[in-house]
Parts: sequence; C-alpha cells; structure tokens
Amino acid sequence: MTDYTHYRTGAPVVDTKAPEGPVAERWDTRRFQAKLVNPANRRKHTVIVVGTGLAGGSAGATLAEQGYHVVQFCFQDSPRRAHSVAAQGGINAAKNYRNDGDSIHRLFYDTVKGGDFRARESNVHRLAQISVEIIDQCVAQGVPFAREYGGLLDNRSFGGVQVSRTFYARGQTGQQLLLGAYQALSRQIAAGNVELHARTEMLDLIVVDGKARGIVARDLVTGKIDTYFADAVVLASGGYGNVFYLSTNAMNSNATAVWRAHRRGAYFANPCFTQIHPTCIPRTGDHQSKLTLMSESLRNDGRIWVPKAKGDDRPADEIPEDERDYYLERIYPAFGNLVPRDIASRAAKNVCDEGRGVGPGGQGVYLDFAEAIQRMGRDKVEEKYGNLFDMYARITAENPYETPMRIYPAVHYTMGGLWVDYDLQTTIPGLFAIGEANFSDHGANRLGASALMQGLADGYFVLPSTINDYLARNPHHEAVDASHPVVEEAVADTEDRLNLLLSVNGDRTPDSFHREIGELMWEYCGMARTEDGLRTALDRIPRIREEFWRRIKVPGTGDEFNQSLEKANRIVDYLELAELMCLDALHRAESCGGHFREESQTPDGEAARRDEEFSYAAAWEFSGTGEAPVLHKEDLVFEYVHPTQRSYA
Amino acid sequence: MKLTLRVWRQKNADAPGAMSTYEVDGISQDMSFLEMLDTLNEELILAGDDPVAFDHDCREGICGACSLVINGDAHGPERTTTCQLHMRSFEDGDTIDIEPWRASAFPVVKDLVVDRSAFDRIIQAGGYISAPTGTAPEAHATPVPKPDADFAFEHAECIGCGACVAACPNGSAMLFTSAKINHLNVLPQGAPERETRVLDMVGQMDSEGFGGCTLTGECATACPKGIPLPSISAMNKEWLRATRKVRR
Repeated sequence: MTDYTHYRTGAPVVDTKAPEGPVAERWDTRRFQAKLVNPANRRKHTVIVVGTGLAGGSAGATLAEQGYHVVQFCFQDSPRRAHSVAAQGGINAAKNYRNDGDSIHRLFYDTVKGGDFRARESNVHRLAQISVEIIDQCVAQGVPFAREYGGLLDNRSFGGVQVSRTFYARGQTGQQLLLGAYQALSRQIAAGNVELHARTEMLDLIVVDGKARGIVARDLVTGKIDTYFADAVVLASGGYGNVFYLSTNAMNSNATAVWRAHRRGAYFANPCFTQIHPTCIPRTGDHQSKLTLMSESLRNDGRIWVPKAKGDDRPADEIPEDERDYYLERIYPAFGNLVPRDIASRAAKNVCDEGRGVGPGGQGVYLDFAEAIQRMGRDKVEEKYGNLFDMYARITAENPYETPMRIYPAVHYTMGGLWVDYDLQTTIPGLFAIGEANFSDHGANRLGASALMQGLADGYFVLPSTINDYLARNPHHEAVDASHPVVEEAVADTEDRLNLLLSVNGDRTPDSFHREIGELMWEYCGMARTEDGLRTALDRIPRIREEFWRRIKVPGTGDEFNQSLEKANRIVDYLELAELMCLDALHRAESCGGHFREESQTPDGEAARRDEEFSYAAAWEFSGTGEAPVLHKEDLVFEYVHPTQRSYA
Repeated sequence: MKLTLRVWRQKNADAPGAMSTYEVDGISQDMSFLEMLDTLNEELILAGDDPVAFDHDCREGICGACSLVINGDAHGPERTTTCQLHMRSFEDGDTIDIEPWRASAFPVVKDLVVDRSAFDRIIQAGGYISAPTGTAPEAHATPVPKPDADFAFEHAECIGCGACVAACPNGSAMLFTSAKINHLNVLPQGAPERETRVLDMVGQMDSEGFGGCTLTGECATACPKGIPLPSISAMNKEWLRATRKVRR
C-alpha cells in the first residue's frame, strides 16, 4: 500500500466538450451539434434517474415528456421529500425586472467571481442564460412566487451581488420549486412514462463494456437487492455535506451513489470545495443531530454584530450601540452584511476565535433586526421573514423580534462532486451527474440562490438536450444480461458489504462513528485548513476506518426495514470520501472561496489564490481504498472574466 | 429529564403490533423530540435490541417525513412537526405515548413508519398543471393578483405529512386534497384543468380508502402548516361547479 498522500498526477483532462467560439453562442452551438433521437425511437430508450430533488425531479419529468422511458429512484417514501425542499431563500435569474443593471453577462460575471475563479466559464455562462427560462417554466407550473400588488413578480437581493435578481416564495422557495418538479414528475408517473421506485436506494453502479448500463439498488422496506438496467444513468443524488455529521443537510442525504460511481471509474472533482453557511442556528449540545439554516435573505435586513470587548457576557440589549462591532459593515463597507458566504463565515469564526462570540461557548454572533423593525415596522418584517422567525423561536425558545438571533456557520453545500464535461457527462460514458452531485458551476464558492438555479437548469434544460447526443451515438441494441459477470460482481460486492456490516457485531453504533469522522472533518477540513491539520486527519482516517470494521454494531438483518444498516452502509463511503477531501485540501496549497488554507492569505486575512499553480479543477481517479488516487487537472481558461483578487470592500 | 416512553412496536406490515415501555434518562430540554428518540435508539442498539423505526429526514419542519402521534395528538402538543417539537414541551417524569399515524389508507410499514403513497397517487391524479418543459410563456405575460398569489401560496405550503388524516376521526384526506386543488385552481395557469383536476383528485382520494369529511376540524387543528379548514369548503364548491360544468 502506498502512502495516501503520495498521489500521482495523470494525464490532464483536455476535452471538456465545450464548443469553441464566443461564450454567449456556445450553448446554441452545442445544441445544434448534438445528434437527436427521433421521437418515435425515444420510447425504446430507458434512462435511470437516481434522486428526485430539483435536478432529478425536473430531469425525470422532462425526459419522460420527450418520450423516453424513465426509471427513477428515491430513498425517501415520496419524491416530494428530497432535500431541495428545505432551500429557503430563493432562485436567481437574470430577468432584470428591476431595471437595476442586471443582465445575463452580469449574472455570469458575478457567479465566476463569487466562485473565486475556479469554475468553467462555458458552463457558468450557459447557467446564466438558462436562468431566465427557469422562471418562465416554474410560473407556468403554478409555483406561487412572491408578487407585488400589481401582480408582477417580486425580487430581492442576496449575498455577493449588487442587483435584485432573486425570485422567492416567502422562506420556502425550495419547497415550492420542488413541488413544481414533483407535480410534473407525478403527471408522467400517471401517464406511465416514469416508473418510480420510492424507498429504494442505489448501492452500486453497473458498468458494462466501459459504459454505464444500470444500478444495484436495495428496497429499503423488504431489504431485497435488485438490478435495474438502462441505456444511460443519471445521478441526481445531491451533495456530500453529511460527511461532517452536523450539517444543514437532511439526515439521510448521503454520498453513496456518487462515491460508488467514483469507485467504478468516474472522476471526483474538487472534493475539498465545501460551503460553510454563515447563518445557522448554533448547536446546543452533544445530542445535536443536525443544524438548521436561517436563510441568507435575513442578511438583507438583519445586521450582524458582536461586542467590541472580549468576554462581554451582558445580554444584547444591555450592550450600548458604541460598544458593538458591526464587523461586516466595518470591514466590507460596499457589500456590508451581504458579502458572499465564505467571507461572512470566516469573519464570524475570526471574531469568535478572538473571544468575542456570544451565547453558550462563545460560538455565535448576533443577527439583529431591531433597526429593520424600527425602519419597516414589525408587520413588514413579519411578512418577509415570519416563518423563519417562527422556526428560530421554536428551536431556541427565544423571540427574535425582541432579542437578536444568534447564528454561527455550518456546513451547507458541497461545490465539489463528480467531474462532468459540458454535457454533464462523467468520465464513464453514459453516466451523467446533475445538480449538487456534480462539480460544475460554482467553483470554490456558491453564491446564494444559485443552487436552485443550477439544479433546475441541469434538470429541465441541459441534460435533456445533451443526453440525446449520447443516446443517438450509442444505441444499445441488446439488453444487459443479468448473468453478465460484471453484474454478478456488483451484486455480490453489495451483498458482501451489507453482510459484513451485519456480522461484525461490535460495540459501537453507526452514529458514534459518523460523529467521530464528522468532528474530525470539522476540526481539520472545515472553515480553516492547515497542512499540519490535514496531515493529522489523513493519518487518523484510516485508523477510524479500521476500527469501524472491527467495532461496528448493526442490529437486525438485511432482509427487513433496517435503518441502522442503511446508516452504517453510508458511513462506509464517508470514511473513504473524507480521506479524498483532506487530500484534495492538502494538495491545493492556496486559498480560494470556501477553501481557506491558513498558509495562503493576504496581509489583511483574505483568501489568497495562487493562480499560477492552481488555476485548474482537480479531478481525482480512484485506485483502491486507502491507495493514493491519481490527479487529473482540467486547466481553467478565463477569456471573459479576468481573475482578480476578489474584493467586496 | 427522565421519561417513560410507551412506543408502538410492529415488526412489519403483517405482524401484530403492541405498545412497549422504555425508560430514558438524561434528556435535555433543548433536544428535539426526534433527538430524544435517537438517544433511546443508541441505547437499544448497544443493548442488542432492535431500535425503533421512524420516518424523518430534514428535521427542519419542511420535508413532511416525520409522523408520530404523541399522547394522542398528531405531531404532539405544539402546532408544528414532530422534528420541531422540543423536549421543553414536556415535564421531567412524564409518560409519553408514541404511535404511528392510524388510518386504513396509511398501512404500517414498521413500528412508527407508515406507507403514505396514497397521497402521491392523489397528486398523480391531477395535482399538477400540464406545462411540459419548454412550452412556458414569459413569466410576466400573465400577472396574478397578489391576493390570489397569496391564497395559492397559503395552500401550497402543505408538506404532505398526513397529520390531517391521522387527526381525523374518519381518516379523511380532505384537507390534503383541498390544499393542492385550491393552490392550483386559483391561478390563471391552473384554469384550463380546473374541473378535471378536482373531479379526478377527489375520485382518487375516495378510491384510496380515506374516510369522508364530517367537518370536525381536527385536521386543520393538527396541520403544522396551518392549512385552514375553509379550504375544504372551497374544494367542495369547486367540485360542485365542476360536476355541473362537465355534465353540461
């Protein structure tokens, strides 16, 4: 076994399939170049879609509308529960309804800059173009966006930008957009075009003759392991933030689908690019099972502050105005409380590290609405943020209309994911990855209200165009034989893994291991990372993995509804993915966006990129558990947005 | 806090179920109800027992997965989802009964987990606007009066948890079904399918074995999202209107 940190650099990724020519014309060019599948032939093609969130739900519905036979999976009891449902704030689109200088080019520019120049220009421009169509599509489906008295759509602003381009449905935008996709999907289920398998979890990918041809999945109610075959497989299984144990992700969101695809040959790109969201409710104790986000939209009207003095433990209302430090407004006067998430999170960490944090353990800062209530009146604040205030009050038993909220950063989103080309195809032909599951559009930091935009862009518009080209060029005339050796091997691998988990019968619960790896990752691969810390983590992870297989205890059997088995199996994959995240963070000896290496900062503590060495996406190839992976670099070329040191001051 | 829990245990859909009693200690007031159950399950696993199965996912009150009847109330004593219920709503020494949703249209899968796929089939029957991707006109082409948009939103907030059915003495799904019908039928985009939507969804609801509505109002009292009771009468009005219109 080689030392995991001694990775090899393989051949660079050269062909991203993005067409040449002016960036604004590339999407049209690609769509014109793409081969089409005759409508009458489409029903002969089966496409597997894993996941029913914004990306998966919209892709499944759209592919079925086009005439493909779709077989779709979700581990939840209903497609309506995918975690996109929890997104609060909004969705960006370059509609320029406010006539405030917005344009497709500006959204493109803001997204490339916000991502700290680590995203592919061609993809981001396409995203900005499509943003406009998404709003039209959602309105046509009956998504009840907030409207003004004239009956037209309302907008608000979000972090990292100076225009109002965010469409929203109170604090439940994700829910409403997801229900729109779920309803479109439901229509196709009723029409017989989508075969839905709820409470069924993908546990492996089947690759036949180098092409993705199916999946191994477990029926979570009966425990039965089955194989499903198709002409192409689409992963829309979300991000991997739950590696950290505590995050704003849903409890069951997991990395198994993408990690198993990675093990089967799909490159994993930029795994260390994780987003820590600045405005979450602080944890209250060791029992904490998850963290709850408070929408970034609150930063439009709330003011963030801490006491000027260290260790000032007076209640907020007893701290006079001149003894408060509105640190974001002070350090970043142009953007104030609306700086991008990575910057706001690090600033919060810095003031807490200085000993000026508030609340239990000093792990919190105030988000104060007193000024907003004075300016707009309590009714207006209630109308805009009422449900968020209620949620806060319910969790903390404090009234945010009277006492400032306490917030602290928490893991929220993962910009990294399976490497995909311009067509959203992974390095395994026939395997596509969309939404948070891929690495594509956000670079090293995602701007607020852009995840919903990307999920729906991928699912409604991009994938349904690009997958045609693959299916037209790769007609599979023969069905996969279930007794093919690779199919039998994939099934046997899965069964062996589950049986092993059940047979160890040790003395530690799955949760105890999940918590351990999560705490390790938060400590060493969280908001600030150092070479020493990452080496410590890389030293400890294999040992945790070894202990896991010695001491794990999973009750029950494999042929029944067994939530402990589900959990333990997901942790198996976290214990490998965590290692890759740390290695990626170690190798990227620069700071950029959400990846902050303490060794690489400007004199005033901002992230210092090192473009000469690191202006690339890092796509990792798997070479065995605990074995050093192979790094393939995709050089990033900036023709339109010239990389500069990001400044929000 | 120290608590006595009486929990419904049922191995699978076909097995008989019964209440089992457990003691838990060291429960913090800041824990959510589900974190309290996590604590119980950690102890059960280490003791070699089968942990209690329950549905949950987002734990922030929006996915609609969690579904417990607590001391006889769907989602417990506060008007919220089980995941947003905190132990500060209970007293040290309390005995708490925990059961699954009880309704013939929601068969038990295991312990506290039930099968709510009937809700999905009601939506599949017509709870959508037919707008295939790519066909949409410019979003501002059709303004929607703010009161209508707000009315639509208020009903669209339904999370499909099923508390309305669990709370109803008849096991009726009228509040769930009416929420979706009202959300879509008030919007101009929903108008072309206004009649078929209500007829088909109500037809599906009836065929799933949900009970009828006798206006006890328990559903709206239990609804964590505050879908109002008049939603049902609005649906009935839509249904009557549609029957007349379609016959003609």
